[in-house]
Amino acid sequence: MKLTHDSIERNLALLIVLTVLVVSVGGLLEIVPLFFQKSTTTPVEGLKPYSPLRLTGRDIYIREGCFLCHSQMIRPFRAETERYGHYSVAGEFVYDHPFQWGSKRTGPDLARVGGRYSDEWHRAHLINPRDVVPESNMPAFAWLGRTPADGASIAGKMEALRKVGVPYTDEEIAGAAKELEGKTEMDALIAYLQGLGLELKGVR
Amino acid sequence: MSDFVNEFWNWYVILIVLISIVACAVFLWTQSQARRGGPTTDTTGHVWDETLQEYNNPLPRWWMWLFYATVVFALVYVALYPALGRFPGVFNWSTANEHKKEVERVEAEIRPLFEKYLKMDLATVAADKDAMEMGGRLYQTYCMQCHGATAQGSRDKGYPNLTDKDWQWGGEPEQIIETITNGRIGMMPPYGGNPDAVGGEAGAKEIASYVRSLSGLSHNAELAAKGKERYAAVCIACHGPEGKGMTALGAPNLTDKVWLYGSSEAKIVETIVNGRNNQMPAWKDFLGEAKIHVLAAYVLGLSSGSAAK
Repeated sequence: MKLTHDSIERNLALLIVLTVLVVSVGGLLEIVPLFFQKSTTTPVEGLKPYSPLRLTGRDIYIREGCFLCHSQMIRPFRAETERYGHYSVAGEFVYDHPFQWGSKRTGPDLARVGGRYSDEWHRAHLINPRDVVPESNMPAFAWLGRTPADGASIAGKMEALRKVGVPYTDEEIAGAAKELEGKTEMDALIAYLQGLGLELKGVR
Repeated sequence: MSDFVNEFWNWYVILIVLISIVACAVFLWTQSQARRGGPTTDTTGHVWDETLQEYNNPLPRWWMWLFYATVVFALVYVALYPALGRFPGVFNWSTANEHKKEVERVEAEIRPLFEKYLKMDLATVAADKDAMEMGGRLYQTYCMQCHGATAQGSRDKGYPNLTDKDWQWGGEPEQIIETITNGRIGMMPPYGGNPDAVGGEAGAKEIASYVRSLSGLSHNAELAAKGKERYAAVCIACHGPEGKGMTALGAPNLTDKVWLYGSSEAKIVETIVNGRNNQMPAWKDFLGEAKIHVLAAYVLGLSSGSAAK
């Protein structure tokens, strides 16, 4: 069969196959090879899977929509690396499913906020941001200090993450609920924030 | 970007890129045959609804040549920039290099500025208008989140006011530099580490009355007298016999009007019962010696009143 306008247009199956072939070129080239690169699949030195407490905090971060105002990706520009620290690299996010890079900064980037402030600062800031930064327009999240961290679903979450490649051990999963006992959602969120970006913290 | 796990992916990328470009060129060539002469016009060969047909004329020449130009552009582009697997391109361009160049260019420009100030002592730098402006920018980027945009601290949250003459860890130039460089961890243990000697919440209330009396605030004299004994048994270790504090430990002076966590009786009781933890982060790695020097001078200038507001 000759590939003419006429024959392609009359043969729907052929038209579909050729269309898919054309539109898949971009993805085959720009997405597929990323799964086979060391820089995108190997964790940076020192990166550990999220502990149960930090994982719970991460889910609260997502639930409360923090990503809507805070990005977690420092771009390779001097203006950003001076303020936040070393630019983000792909290997820092291999255990993030999904990553929280975000695309909007109403508040500052949080990719390296870990250790930048004390736990007490975060607590005061989450209860009422204006207590520490009077100019802030961030909403308060005071109730997080009164709601207990959810220990019932943590083992299931960790098992799901293990299926997509996060190396949790059986003991870690079995002991996860225990680590959350007596912790509030605010404790979890602060633990999550305080661990962000530590792997390249001292690197300029 | 091109650290593929094996050689296959290198060739995978190279081949798809080149085949795509060549395919575009071939497609253009097949479609750019000149219009056939004669009275009949070429159609796509497909008839809809009995009579409906579509002309199959080639694109106008100038338009065709624009498409050819994109093919040439693509070939030049993949030769110059990283597009073909591991091949880095003639320009050897990468975002990491781009960032490095930008940083080096600006560093070369500002390093002499900072080095000039590094050689001066802090008081001289604090009197320099340009240095104060630089310090102010640094302050607004790195310090205002806790100490506030006006450097007056955060009321009752434990972040010190930097514009007054009161210093938790000492206001000498070396002490300010040390505080910024290595950070400070201030810790008041619950019940001063000795709940029995404090005597529970009731005892804490007595101590609070005594502490209020030290700085001339209204207090219950009877409770304060009892509190004085308890103070001498516990609090004296860090805050000193006269309540003047100890800058080596960051223990605040209790006889002045400055209260990091509030001066009400309830607040002082809370401080005694629960203790306080406070931390100034270390900036050694992040800012480096030269920037810390200017920043310390700025902070020194804030409290000596010479800094522009």
